[in-house]
Amino acid sequence: MYAQEVKSTGSKPKSLSSMSAKEKAFQEKIDRGQRIEPKDWMPEGYRRTLLRQMGQHAHSEIVGQLPEGNWISRAPTLERKTILLAKVQDEAGHGLYLYSAAETLGKSRDEMTKELLSGRAKYSSIFNYPTLNWADMGAVGWLVDGAAIMNQVPLQRTSYGPYARAMVRICKEESFHQRQGFDIMMKMSFGSKKQKAMAQDSLNRFWYPSLMMFGPSDSESVHSAQSMAWKIKINFNDELRQKFVDQTAPQAEYLGLTIPDEKLKWNEKTEQYDYSEPNWEEFFEVISGNGPCNTERLAARNKAWDDGEWFRDGLLANSTKNQNSQIAAE
Amino acid sequence: MSNPRIHLALRMGDNSLILSQQNSKWCGHAPTLEEDIALANVSLDLMGHAQMWLEFAAEVEDEGRNADTLAFFRDTEEFRNSLLVERPNVDFATTLMRQYLFDAWHLEQLLLLSQSSDTLVAEISQKALVEVRYHRERSQSLVIRLGDGTIDSHNRMQEALNALWSYFGSFFEDSKDDEMLFDLQTSPMPSSLYPRVLEQLNQDSVLSTLKIPESEFWQKGAVQGHHTENLGYILAEMQYLQRTYPNSKW
Repeated sequence: MYAQEVKSTGSKPKSLSSMSAKEKAFQEKIDRGQRIEPKDWMPEGYRRTLLRQMGQHAHSEIVGQLPEGNWISRAPTLERKTILLAKVQDEAGHGLYLYSAAETLGKSRDEMTKELLSGRAKYSSIFNYPTLNWADMGAVGWLVDGAAIMNQVPLQRTSYGPYARAMVRICKEESFHQRQGFDIMMKMSFGSKKQKAMAQDSLNRFWYPSLMMFGPSDSESVHSAQSMAWKIKINFNDELRQKFVDQTAPQAEYLGLTIPDEKLKWNEKTEQYDYSEPNWEEFFEVISGNGPCNTERLAARNKAWDDGEWFRDGLLANSTKNQNSQIAAE
Repeated sequence: MSNPRIHLALRMGDNSLILSQQNSKWCGHAPTLEEDIALANVSLDLMGHAQMWLEFAAEVEDEGRNADTLAFFRDTEEFRNSLLVERPNVDFATTLMRQYLFDAWHLEQLLLLSQSSDTLVAEISQKALVEVRYHRERSQSLVIRLGDGTIDSHNRMQEALNALWSYFGSFFEDSKDDEMLFDLQTSPMPSSLYPRVLEQLNQDSVLSTLKIPESEFWQKGAVQGHHTENLGYILAEMQYLQRTYPNSKW
């Protein structure tokens, strides 16, 4: 998922009896399954947590353009190039919806962008891994978009209206991306020996980082408890991770690929797959800036912003001139 | 490749293909999100046009090739795109100016081709025209606003225009194939488009405050497959997977 470490208020959710009248009415509205809209009263903690979560989500879409963008110029057919370019373009579109949804909470896109560029705001750890061969375009669609969908489908029911509506649109496109990714995996897995080797190598590299996307276990986390009470988080991380493994393991088998986990096997009793945890030490390193591509990703975003300053200023100056001449004409 | 219809199809298809390839490298790196999305849209449209033209070229040729084999298995001397579209991206001002000059030519060319006596040429051109009208509107509007924006944006756009100008002439280079196509009323003589395109640019320059260079000393050779050094690098990158792993299905 794209928001892995969303800190909430840091306290357990309040009981209804200890809430103020406003807080109680707000919580009851959420409990009834009603949506919160931008002009409704909301607790400051709700607003801040949502902003953090939506900001991380939006940033992930934008930084997420880079690893796949890396292969647009080298896509092997005109059709694959078109699909990949359209997909990476969709990610920019998702970023745009999410920034717009977050702006309804009172923070501008420019402010959020500055937080990303300075390294203060987080984005998903997955985008700090490199894309090294063409099969990675398959694996990213299959695994990364697959993992993202696990989290985003329930978020269509999240309590904040603009976020939930953005999610509906995003989910439609993401499931298309995932199918495209799986289609590349099929071509590679059932292709030549070299293509199959690329597919296996890609699965080897992306498996654990994909499991990390769900974030560390949070069944004891007060942040998650509060977010769940507010319905801005719907499931625990482990729950979604398990669902992802259960969905993906048979697909890997169909492709004739081996998931790089010796412990992975079907458990008759629990009726789900047993699997190994990813290396959480690596996760925390990556999330705090030490992943293989953190420096390049942030540098690329900073370069785009800095190099584009004259362009934004130029358009702004022209629009001001036109406004002034219109006023003068009136 | 002796049929002049192939020459025309490659000229159109290769221009769109190479420009799309170059523009697509901005995806994820443009100055604003809206611009990132818009430029990707233009690239996607051009890729669609390239596929139609190259498919057409392959059909006329009738030697078992298709749009992909033409895109991925020809070398520089077989490409018929103009020198302008293969100029390096350099920066956003250059990229935008390159697009603007291309769109000005492309729109005029498609308007004429959509009247072609060759029904297939006319059909492809009419389809592309719907999108290219929008491309021209977009790049025209941006160039006007940036030309008449800040001093910095004006200077950057002017420098880009000056640097690209001599390669722009490559669109107007005639060949024997063009004479045959003209006689068949398939397509106009490339050189005949220059006054019409120049008039458009001059009209825009009133608003953009940019100065259209006066020189008409053009870099030539593209119609014979003599390109600039950069095309080799563009193709090396674009064709890498197909060349490294031939006979694979992707």
